[in-house]
Amino acid sequence: MRNGVLSESPAVRRTLIALAVGFLALFLVLPLLAVFSEALRRGFDLFIAAFAEPDTQAAIWLTLLVAAIAVPLNLLFGISAAWAVAKFEFPGKSLLVTLIDLPFSVSPVVSGLVFVLLFGAKGLLGPLVDDWDFKIIFAVPGIVLATIFVTFPFIAREVIPLMQEQGTAEEEAALTLGASGLRTFLTVTLPNVRWALLYGVLLCNARAMGEFGAVSVVSGHIRGLTNTMPLHVEILYNEYNFVAAFAVASLLAGLALVTLVAKSFLEGRYGDQLSRAHRH
Amino acid sequence: MSDAAHNDWAPRTTPRRTQWFLKPSALPGFGITFGFAVTYLSLIVLIPLAVLVARASELGLDGIWQVATTPRVLAALQVSFFISVAAALVNALFGTIVAWVLVHYEFPGKRLLDAAVDLPFALPTAVAGIALAALYATNGWIGALFAPWDIKIAFTPLGILVALIFIGLPFVVRTVQPVLQDLDREVEEASATLGATRTQTVVRVVLPALTPALLTGVALAFARAVGEYGSVIFIAGNMPFVSEIAPLLIVTKLEEFDYAGAAAIATVMLGISFVTLLAINALQAFSRRRFGHA
Repeated sequence: MRNGVLSESPAVRRTLIALAVGFLALFLVLPLLAVFSEALRRGFDLFIAAFAEPDTQAAIWLTLLVAAIAVPLNLLFGISAAWAVAKFEFPGKSLLVTLIDLPFSVSPVVSGLVFVLLFGAKGLLGPLVDDWDFKIIFAVPGIVLATIFVTFPFIAREVIPLMQEQGTAEEEAALTLGASGLRTFLTVTLPNVRWALLYGVLLCNARAMGEFGAVSVVSGHIRGLTNTMPLHVEILYNEYNFVAAFAVASLLAGLALVTLVAKSFLEGRYGDQLSRAHRH
Repeated sequence: MSDAAHNDWAPRTTPRRTQWFLKPSALPGFGITFGFAVTYLSLIVLIPLAVLVARASELGLDGIWQVATTPRVLAALQVSFFISVAAALVNALFGTIVAWVLVHYEFPGKRLLDAAVDLPFALPTAVAGIALAALYATNGWIGALFAPWDIKIAFTPLGILVALIFIGLPFVVRTVQPVLQDLDREVEEASATLGATRTQTVVRVVLPALTPALLTGVALAFARAVGEYGSVIFIAGNMPFVSEIAPLLIVTKLEEFDYAGAAAIATVMLGISFVTLLAINALQAFSRRRFGHA
């Protein structure tokens, strides 16, 4: 139907497409290109040399370590919360679901601040932590805590709605056929939600490796010790070492691209097995 | 099947004494999963946030008010608030256009564009920050275009606006897009058969149905922008009273070991996001009642 009653005229159509493409190019595509262009500005050798720096390598390892702790813990939480919320009826359930999303509405800086107020030198538990000769703030445990806080809802919010949709019939059938609770979970529930879990893990991991504000507050920025990759980018940038800053940044941008590709693959291929919000 | 027979074969996994809380269920594992989830939630999220509020309440409402109305803090809160509103409005316009184009039109590269919308969710904020600063500085690809007119973007409040538009865009697109997709084509057809032009149909039929989703998306983008730190500080210039945002001031207070001051600003910001969250929930409840979707 091209009569202009049910769709826009070709001229309007082209203008809107041009506006949308132009806006996205300006605000999304160009910044991404800028990262790689700045990283390679002085040639490929200097780009590679940036990764030979011990401090850069330490930052990469710390980022991997933090994600390797934070993501599995939040995965365990996501599965537990989803099982309790989706398979049982109890009062206060919707409050619980709302509270899980709470970290999303807290500024990253505030997310770091709460742990400084708890464990910092003048914090509530600061003296206690000092007595044990165990550092949390300006050390790796604080970075892990802040990262867990900001990535807290990612996996739970993917799995909870999906498990709620799926109900309890299949699990009840497995139980009446004599399967144990654990076996029911492993062979019936888990396969039903595996793609949603993977989806949540992808997003959780991307944020865990890329978090800046919360980690910046608790880290203390000790080179080689408490610097994650995003913090290392900041230090290099502030030292006017732009090539190295953008080189490390390009690694993080690469991670973001891989995440986006995997995410749209999951949405396209297994969209019907994700929570409804991601079905196209 | 009688109740008695049912009870005979249903596994009794839930002790009777918990039934006031938990409805009887054949499935096991409530105690351990619920217990772990609530404990973990309390330790990681609830107790730390409670400590923040407790710390700020040592100052009392008067104290918090005093910190919040110091000229420098007030200026930073205003910068964060008003530029976040401006960025959310820009995203309301362009986010709706992007969602509209992605839903209604076919053109080469559309799928790629659709995937690119999520970039701000996936790209670390520090990376976005230095990239935007490089682009919009006077010698950057975009900044150089404005330099002849003596318009500076990076290291001015305009730079903050650019970063907050970047960070908020996917919130608007991703809330409007599914609603636009589910919109009944028949309603538009009915409007057309009754003699409405396309413009009348869009303005009087489509846009009103879209409004709750659009407002929700704008509120989400605003909430994210108010607290944003990483992408902003590299491009802002961070001049007190001009381009200093509230989250940066919290960091400054912390570096001066002024824990109470930092907690006071943080509490004000929590208050802002709490009110925004309430508004979003109210909008979604309204939308569900009125249009049958959130």
